[in-house]
Amino acid sequence: MARIRTPVVAGWFTEDGDDFRLLGTRCSACASVFFPREDVHCRNPGCRGGGLDEVPLSTRGRVWSYTDGRYRPPSPYVTDPELPWEPYALIAVELESERMVVLGQAVPGVTVADLTVGMEVEVVPGVLHEDAETTWTTWHWRPTGAVK
Amino acid sequence: MTGEVAVLGVGMHPWGKWGRGFTEYGTAAARAALADAGVDWRDVDSVVGADTVRGGYPGYVAGATFTKALGWQGARVTSVYAACASGAQAVAVARAQILAGLAEVVLVVGADSAPKGFFRPAGGDRSDDPDWLRFRVLGATNPAYFGLYARRRMAVHGDTLEDFAQVKVKNAALGALNPNARYRKRVTADEVAASAVVADPLRLLDICATSDGGAALVLTGMEFARRHGVAEPVRIRAVSTVTPRYPTTVLDLPDIATDSAASVEPAGGTFRASIARAAYEEAGIGPEDLSLAEVYDLSTALELQWYEDLGLCDEGEAAKLLREGATALGGRIPVNTSGGLASFGEAVPAQAIAQVCELTWQLRGDSGDRQVVGARVGITANQGLFGHGSSVIAVR
Repeated sequence: MARIRTPVVAGWFTEDGDDFRLLGTRCSACASVFFPREDVHCRNPGCRGGGLDEVPLSTRGRVWSYTDGRYRPPSPYVTDPELPWEPYALIAVELESERMVVLGQAVPGVTVADLTVGMEVEVVPGVLHEDAETTWTTWHWRPTGAVK
Repeated sequence: MTGEVAVLGVGMHPWGKWGRGFTEYGTAAARAALADAGVDWRDVDSVVGADTVRGGYPGYVAGATFTKALGWQGARVTSVYAACASGAQAVAVARAQILAGLAEVVLVVGADSAPKGFFRPAGGDRSDDPDWLRFRVLGATNPAYFGLYARRRMAVHGDTLEDFAQVKVKNAALGALNPNARYRKRVTADEVAASAVVADPLRLLDICATSDGGAALVLTGMEFARRHGVAEPVRIRAVSTVTPRYPTTVLDLPDIATDSAASVEPAGGTFRASIARAAYEEAGIGPEDLSLAEVYDLSTALELQWYEDLGLCDEGEAAKLLREGATALGGRIPVNTSGGLASFGEAVPAQAIAQVCELTWQLRGDSGDRQVVGARVGITANQGLFGHGSSVIAVR
């Protein structure tokens, strides 16, 4: 039976064919952008509050910093304790037009040795983990200079 | 300037991995602080407990838990939680009660009993909780954030792994002199370099452990202290519990993203720098007046960041300050004379209170082999998850 692809968090990204975008919201009154999305109130203290409209974030940004996890993270991160732990890189990415930093896992196979601060990366669809019925999807950052 | 309160007594239960309940550590620390102050427990007007989320319901109502353990005597009670900044919140409440005339003698207590391994969020399926989400979606542990800050410093300021290791070397040497510290062995830079990488570029000995421990203060009005025969007590002159200003520009625990600065220009300086600035303004002093500082060295690299955030040096100059020996015992501005988290490990609600204990011993001249000669002014600095500033300035 084919697993159903389900976002690990609803409403944080959209996948339409090759077009994968992180989704935030933007205040109609002050144009502040929020990710993770704010859907009720604008958090700008100088704004009287407007409607919050869904907005796709930039697909590319530059590495603000990066690290990795050499030890298995605790629950609710889902891993198979039967398998050896495979470290993955975490990348904090600065989006130029939004002027914000968004954290994400690097695509599998990219290690800290492949990364430098300031390097350009792009957002791509990724798989967080799979269980019997579901493929839990997420976003990954991938260096734009990486071999595809 | 706000009025001052006296630190009449301080006490700690030694940090470690003792495997017992937090109530026992907090009560032991409280009894030590009361004995140090020479105050009878039944004369305490108010108890402020810093909560722990790891002790079940008694942890959420720590003020009452400690009060009951010490023996109900009718005191007013408060329980506060602000993650790593819980202790500063407890001090702030106690001070406000004293300055408002609501209480004359206040006992402040915090204690924790820590699990093995990484801190983890509370159980359940809580997709509206950023702390739960960062583990669920990213597996981003606390050390992952420390790793991000460390790498950023290396790229922007040119800090090196050797600089980070030297912070540990300095703090371990001081912790070796502190009977309340959990780790009391000196450490070499080679030992740091040989320890396992936890979150690149940080190694096990760059990152603080999680510990059991307890700390307590007896705070009183200045008039009470004089009546009690203490003419020149250590005084708390400022308590900073500020929050960030929108938009935040530094990715902080437990967030997955910063605010966007696209439509609102960020205030000058980071949140961490604003914590100390508020304390300096309230105390009417500046960094040049300090004799010592106790900062929250969750990692070696983060200690360097605090040097800049406290204004001990200019931005990017922290590693230079360290290399010059300015922050070692005998230097211009010794930092973490207690041995810091590097030697204690983190007992969350006790930690900001323990920082004030160290300032108090130093300002009294009671610090033995780790004494800062002629200490007159000290600052603590700390930051609690979700935007809690924490800084205390004490003087004598």
